[in-house]
Amino acid sequence: MADESAADGGPSNQIAMVEYLHLDDEPHLVANVCDNCGATYFDRRNACAACGAREFTASRLANTGSVRTFTIVHRAARGVPAPYVSAVVDLDGGGRVKSNIINVEPKPENVTLGMRVRLATYVTATDDDGVEAVAFGYEPVAA
Amino acid sequence: MSSEEPVWILGTSMTKFGRYTDKDLIDLAAEASLGALDDGGVTMAEMDVLAAGCLYEANGGVGQRLQKQLGQTGIPVYNVANACATGATAVRTVMMAIKAGEAHMGLAVGVEQMGKMGMLGADRAARSDKQVFERKGRFGSVVGVEGRLGTNMMPGVFAQAGMEYAYENDGVGFEQFAKVAQKNHEHSTLNPLAQYRKAFTLEEVMGSEVIAYPNTLLMCCPTGDGSAAVVLVSDEKLKSLPREQQRRAVKVSASVLTSDPWTEGCQVQPDVNTLTRNAADAAYEASGVDPADLDLVELHDCFATAELRHYDNLRLCEPGGAGEWIDKGGPWRDGEIPVNVSGGLLSKGHPIGATGVANLFEVATHVRGEAGDRQVPDAKVGLAHVIGLGSSCGMHILERSGL
Repeated sequence: MADESAADGGPSNQIAMVEYLHLDDEPHLVANVCDNCGATYFDRRNACAACGAREFTASRLANTGSVRTFTIVHRAARGVPAPYVSAVVDLDGGGRVKSNIINVEPKPENVTLGMRVRLATYVTATDDDGVEAVAFGYEPVAA
Repeated sequence: MSSEEPVWILGTSMTKFGRYTDKDLIDLAAEASLGALDDGGVTMAEMDVLAAGCLYEANGGVGQRLQKQLGQTGIPVYNVANACATGATAVRTVMMAIKAGEAHMGLAVGVEQMGKMGMLGADRAARSDKQVFERKGRFGSVVGVEGRLGTNMMPGVFAQAGMEYAYENDGVGFEQFAKVAQKNHEHSTLNPLAQYRKAFTLEEVMGSEVIAYPNTLLMCCPTGDGSAAVVLVSDEKLKSLPREQQRRAVKVSASVLTSDPWTEGCQVQPDVNTLTRNAADAAYEASGVDPADLDLVELHDCFATAELRHYDNLRLCEPGGAGEWIDKGGPWRDGEIPVNVSGGLLSKGHPIGATGVANLFEVATHVRGEAGDRQVPDAKVGLAHVIGLGSSCGMHILERSGL
């Protein structure tokens, strides 16, 4: 797995938990952007769901944005620590992403709609070979 | 686009929703089907088509198994699955057969047996971390994304749908969402077919266990078992039937099914709004009914946060005004437009395949004036809405016969 994690650009003992997270220089997200209409996708598409065009370009998305909506999950899936904050973030310059709001106590008074956030990463799991899976979330930006 | 002649509901029935240990899926479907046939004064031998909606046994030949309980008459059977719009899709399948001239009469049944299924949307267990990481799936993930990259479980997804509405509009918050559940639980006390029939104060709703803020336990629908059925009949056939059957028939003034058109947000968070708005607009146009004409609405309140948004999506309130509308009591049974007088999914229950037929049963029963204690006085026209994530939205407008 070392080769694959190196392809993410990060340390050889780390792997991004999803392919659209890139770990080089500064961790960031990469989306497949429709060449025709600019719609963004984190997975592969055969044709654009918005316009039907078939050409896409991998593009770097901004690390900052604002919270469009959130929920605080108390009763979580088995094995998932709770409570945690799930949110949809509108990224500056386009693109919308779902992840957790991190580095904040998960209480309603600590998360506000429209709150400014930036991408942050952390190690979420380690496999039997000692490879660390790196996850991303968004942390509040001081106003 | 389609025949101008309306299709009619001739008979309808539903089982009480709940949890049945003494009956299986087919028992429930048979009970609702025979009830609908009896209610319509017809028999299985007169049915030209059967559509059976069931989500969790979608590959189980439910329609054919049902025929073995009702009568194997050799008619075409369609087994359909379409998320929470499964039942509405079964109804539309029979309707299309009638409109296409292939059938004069047909039976549509929706059924589900879920028991205590727990929360839906993350049905695969979280991946064990003790392994050698290997990329899997469309996102090339090496560990489970649920809980790491937000939530895809239903209470949280619909909480986010509601909070997005709060982001876009003033006067919407935890209390407004909670009032939805307070209302529907109160309404359910009048419905003998509801899974739960207990009223709660607003404080009790807001103070119950938080599942996914702002949805508390009392703001989430239960899983359960149940079935509902309708017998549909062509206009021509109805008019050959006895007077009493014509009088009790319910006109289907609009029947619409939509899926979600592309929106930026729906790639990461299901958009439950655009397809509902599209379906509502199409239904209002097809029927000539204005939202203000509606005597009752049964809408898809899988979570309290969802119902509030749908007031706006169905144009029951001023644009952006759903919070204000519930604050002034608009959707209560004695309000401007009663919403979910059955108790809604929140208390009547949500056996998925049955839901999109049961809401037709509810509206039909009111416009017939046969709803007993929960009857909306002099109801003539009502709307039934279901939405399933993925997404699919079914919309029906029903009117009193006048024949």
